[in-house]
Amino acid sequence: MDNSEIISITNLTKKFPMGLGEFTALNSIDLTFLKGEFSGVVGPSGSGKTTLLNIIGLLDNPSNGDVILLGNRSTKLSVRQAALVRRKHLGFIFQTYNLLPVYTVFENAEFPLLLLSMTAQARRKAVLEALEWVGLTDKIKSRPAQLSGGECQRVAIARAMVKRPEIVLADEPTANLDADNSHHILKTMEKLNKELETTFIFATHDDKVISYLRRKITLIDGKVSRDEPITR
Amino acid sequence: MLAFKLAIKNLLGAGLRTWLNVFVLSLAFVMIVFQSGIIQGWNIQAKTDMTEWEVGGGEYWHKLYDPYDPLTLIDAHGILPTEISQQCEDDQATPVLVTQASVYPDGRMRNILLKGIDPSQDIIKLPTAMMKGDSSVINALIGTRMAEATKLNINDMVTLRWRDVNGTFDAAEIRIAGIFHTNVPGIDNNQVWIPLEKLQQMTSMDGQATYIILKQGITSTPTVPGWIYKGHDVLFSEIDTIIKSKSIGGLVIYLILLSLALLAVFDTQVLSIFRREKEIGTYIAMGMTRWQVVWLFTVEGAMHSVLSVVAAAIWGTPLLYLVAKNGFAMPKGTEGYGLTIAEKIYPAYGVGTILTMALIVMITTTIVSYIPSRKIAGMKPTEALRGKVQ
Repeated sequence: MDNSEIISITNLTKKFPMGLGEFTALNSIDLTFLKGEFSGVVGPSGSGKTTLLNIIGLLDNPSNGDVILLGNRSTKLSVRQAALVRRKHLGFIFQTYNLLPVYTVFENAEFPLLLLSMTAQARRKAVLEALEWVGLTDKIKSRPAQLSGGECQRVAIARAMVKRPEIVLADEPTANLDADNSHHILKTMEKLNKELETTFIFATHDDKVISYLRRKITLIDGKVSRDEPITR
Repeated sequence: MLAFKLAIKNLLGAGLRTWLNVFVLSLAFVMIVFQSGIIQGWNIQAKTDMTEWEVGGGEYWHKLYDPYDPLTLIDAHGILPTEISQQCEDDQATPVLVTQASVYPDGRMRNILLKGIDPSQDIIKLPTAMMKGDSSVINALIGTRMAEATKLNINDMVTLRWRDVNGTFDAAEIRIAGIFHTNVPGIDNNQVWIPLEKLQQMTSMDGQATYIILKQGITSTPTVPGWIYKGHDVLFSEIDTIIKSKSIGGLVIYLILLSLALLAVFDTQVLSIFRREKEIGTYIAMGMTRWQVVWLFTVEGAMHSVLSVVAAAIWGTPLLYLVAKNGFAMPKGTEGYGLTIAEKIYPAYGVGTILTMALIVMITTTIVSYIPSRKIAGMKPTEALRGKVQ
C-alpha cells in the first residue's frame, strides 16, 4: 500500500453563529490521512464529526485553519473548483442514502459518471462492475422505493465507488440499518478499501462500524481527544 | 445536454404532478390559439363578406357624403363623372343613390335609408335581380334584419314617403320583392333598396349617385373632381378597430390563462425545491456546481412548456382542426349587434401566431422556473443535505 499523505488538516476551527454568539463545532484540529486508510471519526452527537467530514468533503469552509485535499488547499478553491474536486476524487455515503428517487439503481450508480462525461459504454461497464461489488446486479432496474434499507445503502456505496474515487466519506452509513445489513455493507466497504486502495473516512458512533476501523479518531466537543490505530 | 436528459428523467419520474402542469399549460396554449384563431377568422370573414356584399373593390364617395351624418344626404349626390360612368357601363362599377325616407309598416313610421342600385349589377352580392319584374310597382329589397324589425314579408305592400331634390314630399306604395340574408348589417339595418333609375326619377336626381362601388380587383382609381376614392383601408377601418379592441380584450384573457398556468408551474418549482433539498445537496456533493443545479431545475420547469406544446399538438390539433372545419356557431342575437359577424366563424390559425404563442409559453415558463430556482444558488450544501433549508 502506498502510504502517501492524502489529506492534511491544520489548525482547523469551525464556528457557527448561535444567537448573539458563536458555537465552536471544531477547535484547532490537526490531522493527516494516508492513502488507503480505513479510519473513522467517532464521538457523541454534537462532537463535530459530520462538520469535519463536510469540511474535508469541501461542502463547507473552515472558520480558521486549512485542509489540503489531494494537493488542493481548500481555502484557495473557488466553489466551482471545489465542485470539480468532489466530482473527480470524492465519493459520499450518507446516513439516509440520498438516492435519487426517480432513477433506477443503475441510473443512480451511473450519475457520477454522467458528470464526468464518460461514454455510454464505459459508464455501463463501470456501473455493472460497481453493482457487482455490492451484489445488486439483479436489481438494476429497480427504483429506490422498491429496495430495502440495506439495498439502498449498497446502491449508495456503488454510486460512491463507481468512479473509483481516492476518498470516500461516509457519514453514519449504518445508522438506519439492522445488524446484518450493517455488517454486510461494512464488509463490502472493507473489501473495496483493500482491493482499490480507496481511503474511507467514517463519521460514526456505531460500535459495529468502529469494530471494522483500522484507525479511530475520537472527537469530544470539537477537539481530537484520541487518535489511535486499531489492530485486528 | 446533461441537464436536458436529467430534466426529462426527473419530470417523467415526477408522474402525475408533471402531467397536471403539462395539461394545464397545454389547455392555456390551446385556448389562446383557439381564441386568436376565432378573432382572426372573424376578421377574415368579416372583410370577405363586406367586400362581397358592400364595398366591392373600393368606393368613390360624393365629396359631401358622410355615412355617419344623415343630414349630408340632402346634398351628397351628383352626376356620375365621366371617368367612372364608363366603368359603370363596362360593368366595372355600380352607382348607388342614397336618400332619407320613411316607411309605414302597420301604420307606424320608420325612418330609413332609401338606396337605389342597378338591378342588373353583379358588382356586389346583393340579390338586386329580385327587383326586376313588374315595372308598374316599385320593387324593393330588404334584408332579414329590416324584415324582422318591420315584420315585412315578401309581396307585402308598404307606404314609402320621401323628399325629392327640391324638398317636396311624395309617397308611394312599394312591394317587398325580396328579402336577402347577409352577415353585413351595413346594407341591411333600416335600409330599403329599390332600382336606381326609379329612385332617380322619384327624387328628380336623374343620372346622379351618392357613391359608386368598384368591382373587386380594380386597380385604377383615378382622381375624380368632386368625388373621393375610399379604399379598403378606409372602408374596413371600423371592423379593424373592432378587431383591434377584441384582440386587446383577447390579450387580457391570454394573460389570465397563461398566468394561471404559469402560477401552477411556479408553484411546482417552489414546492419541488422545497421538497428536494436533499436531492439538491446530493447533486452538489456528487460534484455539480450550484449553477448547474439551478440550470437543471430551470430546464426541468421549462420542459413543462415543451411537453405542453407537444401535448397541445396531440390533443389540440384534432380539436382545433374540427372547429376550423365545422365552424364555431355564434350565439343567436349577434346579428343584431350591428357588427359584421357570420353565423358561424371559421377560426383561422396562423402558423406565425402558433409559433409566437409557443415561444411566449416557453420563454415565460423558463422565467417562472428560473425565479424560484435561483434560491438553490444561495443554499448551503450541508444544510440542503440535511433538508434544513427553509
